[in-house]
Amino acid sequence: MSGVGLNEAEGKRQWRTPSPEARRRAASRARLWREIGYGLLLFIIIVPFVFPFLWMGVSSFKQQADIIRTPPTWVFRPTLLHYREVFGQYQFVHFMWNSLVIAAGSTFFSLLLGLPAAYSIARFRQSKLALVILVARIVPGITFLIPWFILFSRLRLVDTYTSLILSHMLVGLPFIIWVMVPFFESLPKELEEAAMVDGSTRSGAFLRVLLPLTGPGILTSSILSFVFSWNNFMFAVVLTGARTRTLPIAVFNFLSYSEINWGGLMAAAVVITVPILVIALVAQRYIIAGLTAGAVKG
Amino acid sequence: MRGGWLDRNLRYVFPLPALAFIVVMMVFPLVYTLRLSCTEWSMSSMSPPAWVGVANYASLLGSDQRFSGAVWRTFYFTVLAVVLETVLGVAIALALNRDMRGKNLVKTIFLLPMVATPVAVGMVWLLIYEPTIGIANYLLSVLGLPPLHWLASPRQALPSLVLVDVWQWTPMITLIVLAALTALPRDPFEAALVDGATPWQTVRHVTLPLLQPAIVAAMTLRAIDALKTFDIIYTMTQGGPGFASETLNIYSFVLGFQYFQMGKASALLMIFFAIVLGSAIILSWARRPVEA
Repeated sequence: MSGVGLNEAEGKRQWRTPSPEARRRAASRARLWREIGYGLLLFIIIVPFVFPFLWMGVSSFKQQADIIRTPPTWVFRPTLLHYREVFGQYQFVHFMWNSLVIAAGSTFFSLLLGLPAAYSIARFRQSKLALVILVARIVPGITFLIPWFILFSRLRLVDTYTSLILSHMLVGLPFIIWVMVPFFESLPKELEEAAMVDGSTRSGAFLRVLLPLTGPGILTSSILSFVFSWNNFMFAVVLTGARTRTLPIAVFNFLSYSEINWGGLMAAAVVITVPILVIALVAQRYIIAGLTAGAVKG
Repeated sequence: MRGGWLDRNLRYVFPLPALAFIVVMMVFPLVYTLRLSCTEWSMSSMSPPAWVGVANYASLLGSDQRFSGAVWRTFYFTVLAVVLETVLGVAIALALNRDMRGKNLVKTIFLLPMVATPVAVGMVWLLIYEPTIGIANYLLSVLGLPPLHWLASPRQALPSLVLVDVWQWTPMITLIVLAALTALPRDPFEAALVDGATPWQTVRHVTLPLLQPAIVAAMTLRAIDALKTFDIIYTMTQGGPGFASETLNIYSFVLGFQYFQMGKASALLMIFFAIVLGSAIILSWARRPVEA
């Protein structure tokens, strides 16, 4: 689109009228240079955003001696040592399992509670309820941490999947409702009415007709709910213990040793990041829709 | 209308579980925190909470230098981060706004900083910022600039953290603006072309004004999140060195879960809650006339 302005500027220079052949050649050469310049610009924009990931990956394969070498180097003998540490000595498989159970559990229960609520808000125009959800999205999570900690301690629920799933639902549930309301609003009322004429109940129409149609929305909201839970640090740092420790806490714990094992730390960071990167690559479209929800629509 | 009891009461039955969850998990804890904020209680001791009225608030607002410092740093962090992200994000979106191969690839790459686990992001930047072995100082030396202390220096710690936030969240502004750009009407651009506007004039007087609602919306979302930044700061500096990067979020966490001063921490959380909610309301007001 912005290319249009440049073409116009070229058009104005036509008064010189060289031979058509020369003009075409000059134009294509100009286009080539523009493409090269543009590619260069793109490269300069992208590199800073990619570099930390590259550096994380590269450093995770370096011996400690190569990591502390100055100036930093790209050339070294790669080693799998740190990955062996992470999965052997530091038992990351266990933490991965914890993270997976908690992320999947909190997403599942958020969907279970959130989808009917979102439908109801959309269909019956329950704007007060929508406002409650919005406030729930805005309130800093740390505000709830003290009462939960006290409550969960009393109920002996600290360091259980229950307390972690419940706490992560606090992020997931309002988010899922927030994303799903516009999806349900966009479905014509006639759809469910047609289903009801055919003998279905309204709740049956919701289950069998509407839910399948909002598939993309459900995918968007559950992917992000999963990612939020997988990434969550603040709730986990207070509510997990030895049994339910999740990946972010396990990664953070690397810092508590007197000398930082940089290679191990980077390998741990890779282990926690790779699943998220894979999800991002596969479901790019849905994640963008979810993260920018509420801004584009206004 | 046909259908049984469930269908007739659907509007109450469907939202009820979610509402019950929110009441039990959010409203009740908020009320409890409010009550706790008027007591003095350290969880470690055996004695029950002692009622002290507004003493916690008075001490925070009156004499606590650490509190006023945290308020200042919270806003400093938020304003600096959001302004930088907006300027950079809009500029990048305008640069990317044309048909080209690999645009989807660029979008995917832009997604990564946003969705990557903040703890992992913090750890990598810790290595990048490391004063002796970090690549940040190496790059400075290549450019002929003197090395910085980054997170180790009280003066540079907070700006260094802002830089990480900018890295993480500039892409969000870019993606929102890119989405808004594809939805802009074509007529004003054709008019600008006919009037002989230069590309820069077109951006300045046509594109940016048309984008304003989307940009303001993106800034609002970002500002509310930036006020609440926790993971990056806590994992990279824990608020240090000294209190140099301690924001309200960090200070209340430290009060509650390191000092176990539950009463004072609760008072701080209520103030923090009010600040975030107040900012959200003010920002959404600022948004309204623009969209109308």
